[in-house]
Amino acid sequence: MPMTADDIAEMIRQALPDAQVEITDLAGDGDHYAAHVTSAAFAGKSRVQQHKMVYEALGGKMGGVLHALQLTTAVPK
Amino acid sequence: MSDTNARISEIVNSNDVVLFMKGTPLFPQCGFSSRAVAILEHCGVAYGSVDVLQDMEIRQGIKSYSDWPTIPQLYVKGEFVGGSDIMMEMFEAGELQQLLDDKQVAKAS
Repeated sequence: MPMTADDIAEMIRQALPDAQVEITDLAGDGDHYAAHVTSAAFAGKSRVQQHKMVYEALGGKMGGVLHALQLTTAVPK
Repeated sequence: MSDTNARISEIVNSNDVVLFMKGTPLFPQCGFSSRAVAILEHCGVAYGSVDVLQDMEIRQGIKSYSDWPTIPQLYVKGEFVGGSDIMMEMFEAGELQQLLDDKQVAKAS
């Protein structure tokens, strides 16, 4: 079962409660998404660490059910 | 498993820049791998590539090697840099070019 944009945003917010999550369905097929995640929890972390935090929030779905998620992360200004 | 790790370690340490990808630079088999190749071409550096589709052990092993769930994966001088999204963010910010300069990576001939 592919994940909906809401499922993805919800899982990220559960792990990073302050996160602002913007999801774009790139192909309109419910399978290729872009996510932009902004969270204060990213402060002082490297990009790799920030992305790992999001992948962890997605609990192993990344690379599996979710094969096509473009991810960008940012710290709130 | 440890054999695979040793093989991966050998690859990342014997190439200044190496991309683990699906397909080859000429024929990438996935959009993310294709984007990673395009970024490296723009940077004009010499790089090696490993087609994980040709080697199931490496395809799985590389994910635990870096604790990173997806492919492509870029390594510079033995260090994991990131996947295609991080490569793109770094490239757009000029950080990837800076990193390659700082590490004194050879230019593509």
